[in-house]
Amino acid sequence: MTENKNPITLFDYLGRVRDSDLWFSFTRSPVIVTSACVTLIYLIVTIFAPIIAPHDPFDLASIDLLDASLPPFWMVSGEIRFILGTDDQGRDVLSTIIYGSRISLFVGFASVIFSLVLGVSLGLISGYVGGRLDAFIMRVADVQLSFPAILIALLVDGLARTLLPREHHDEVALYVLVFAIGISGWVQYARTVRGQTLVEKGKEYVQAARIIGIRKWTILLRHILPNVTGPVLVIATIHLAIAIITEATLSFLGVGVPPTTPSLGTLIRIGNDFLFSGEWWITIFPGVALVLLVLSVNLLGDWLRDALNPKLR
Amino acid sequence: MLAFIFKRLLQSVVVMMTVALIAFALFRYVGDPINNMVGQDTTLEERAELKERLGLNDPFMIQFYRFVRDASVGEFGLSYQHRRPVKELIAERLPATLELALVSAILALAIGIPMGVYTALKRYGFLSRTFMTISLVGVSLPTFLIGILLILFFGVILRWLPTFGRGDVVEIGWWTSGFLTASGLKSLIMPSITLALFQMTLIMRLVRAEMLEVLRADFIKFARARGLPTRAVHFRHALKNTLVPVITITGLQLGSIIAFAIITESVFQWPGMGLLFIQAIGEVDIPVMAAYLVLIAFFFVVINMVVDILYFVVDPRLRVDKALVNGQ
Repeated sequence: MTENKNPITLFDYLGRVRDSDLWFSFTRSPVIVTSACVTLIYLIVTIFAPIIAPHDPFDLASIDLLDASLPPFWMVSGEIRFILGTDDQGRDVLSTIIYGSRISLFVGFASVIFSLVLGVSLGLISGYVGGRLDAFIMRVADVQLSFPAILIALLVDGLARTLLPREHHDEVALYVLVFAIGISGWVQYARTVRGQTLVEKGKEYVQAARIIGIRKWTILLRHILPNVTGPVLVIATIHLAIAIITEATLSFLGVGVPPTTPSLGTLIRIGNDFLFSGEWWITIFPGVALVLLVLSVNLLGDWLRDALNPKLR
Repeated sequence: MLAFIFKRLLQSVVVMMTVALIAFALFRYVGDPINNMVGQDTTLEERAELKERLGLNDPFMIQFYRFVRDASVGEFGLSYQHRRPVKELIAERLPATLELALVSAILALAIGIPMGVYTALKRYGFLSRTFMTISLVGVSLPTFLIGILLILFFGVILRWLPTFGRGDVVEIGWWTSGFLTASGLKSLIMPSITLALFQMTLIMRLVRAEMLEVLRADFIKFARARGLPTRAVHFRHALKNTLVPVITITGLQLGSIIAFAIITESVFQWPGMGLLFIQAIGEVDIPVMAAYLVLIAFFFVVINMVVDILYFVVDPRLRVDKALVNGQ
């Protein structure tokens, strides 16, 4: 434990961050700084949603049906109280978007973590143990990779819904969704980690660790795992954008998050019914919020991939 | 080559069997087949007798065998929701999905390839940068949102195009086609663009990347040194060599077009298989779900296999390498 002998203060750490290549390439691109800021704003706003949101869209006492279907404030009958207008039940669109982003981000992060843990573990085992287990895991991965992830998520979600009794759908829908999206995304992690593990396995430090009698699992977790995290981070960032889109799509199709706790996709689905009567803001604003979020995360992911790629430096 | 095809075939059979097993388990154990066939007042004895007659007391393997046998000829029983054979329902919906997928695939190729070539040749041109930016936005725009935006502009505000359904269709035998009527073609425009857009950006980026790589190759430099006209170098030498991966990826994408059709069909209320499937999930209509599951897996397995084999046929280098390895 070197940290104990030579403690790194926060100040030292920040200095190291400032001098790194990563920070340099970060500050060089205004687009990336902007998308990082946007992502950060999303995170802060959604974490503190109850404080920041101007209204509580789920508090029935504060909702007045007389406020229903008001347009955004700059339009003729709009009110400044509801900056982005209200939906058919008189809920403030901005507030529903904030709470909706919260659900979308939660499902996104949770399913990425699920995929990551599953994929990295299988990748490590596959690469380190090898043999039949490796062949089997990789065969399954190949097969899964030949189907689009969104289709897998949809099928798993559909199957899980069929297996569960109907009256419990709404309660567990969120977790079913996380499971379905998580299952659909593990392959990329497993493949990358397996490849990296195969490379690291042959290196001298691993052999040295083996010779001094460190147990297999300790070598895997303490020595190999830290060396495969770079690419995993890149995949996770890009995967987050995909997971958010997948969640929105499934919710839009009506097999995702239930309308009682709407995510951005559910909001778009609900608003879609009002498109034809001219109340476009109910569906377009959640759509814009979704695209902005996904675009920022995508840009960050693209940048991270290039910045961590030594070939492109 | 033969060994490769055989191995590939075997793998496909295993995949199909796994999917069939899932579909069968769903069919047999999740939905109660008896409950869905009889009324409330059927006695227990009658139920038991029906169960025996339908062979539901037989061993698992025999039941599974029967399921596979029936499924291979498209027999999936009655839909719970529509009270009609699933076979008929799917046959009705299949033309709608296939026509939509076909038009989208052609659209994606016809626009995506030229855009990719252009952005590769004029790398720093204004138009190229615009295309690249648009494609990034295109990747971040979920399919259903593109559909909604199109509906808003061309359906609600401008009122140019119909926003749902297939319009009038013409029956040709059991096939129904929207290609032959004006309203059918008009209805096809927005859904096919929605479905094509994502594939288009993908193909564009792929062609661009491949083209850039090929343009750096020695044989291109040599062709230039020989004094060949730029046009010939670009189109006869470079483009030709980029098309191998494009063909394979496009082939693979054909499957995802059919999968993504679920979303597009849902947005535009397009009466295809995807819409049928989504409604089946909502209604827990298990025979329809099982049929769709098997059918879509079959599509994918066939497409993937054909693409894998095409790879050998199209790219002579792979064949030569194989022959060398075998010869030694």
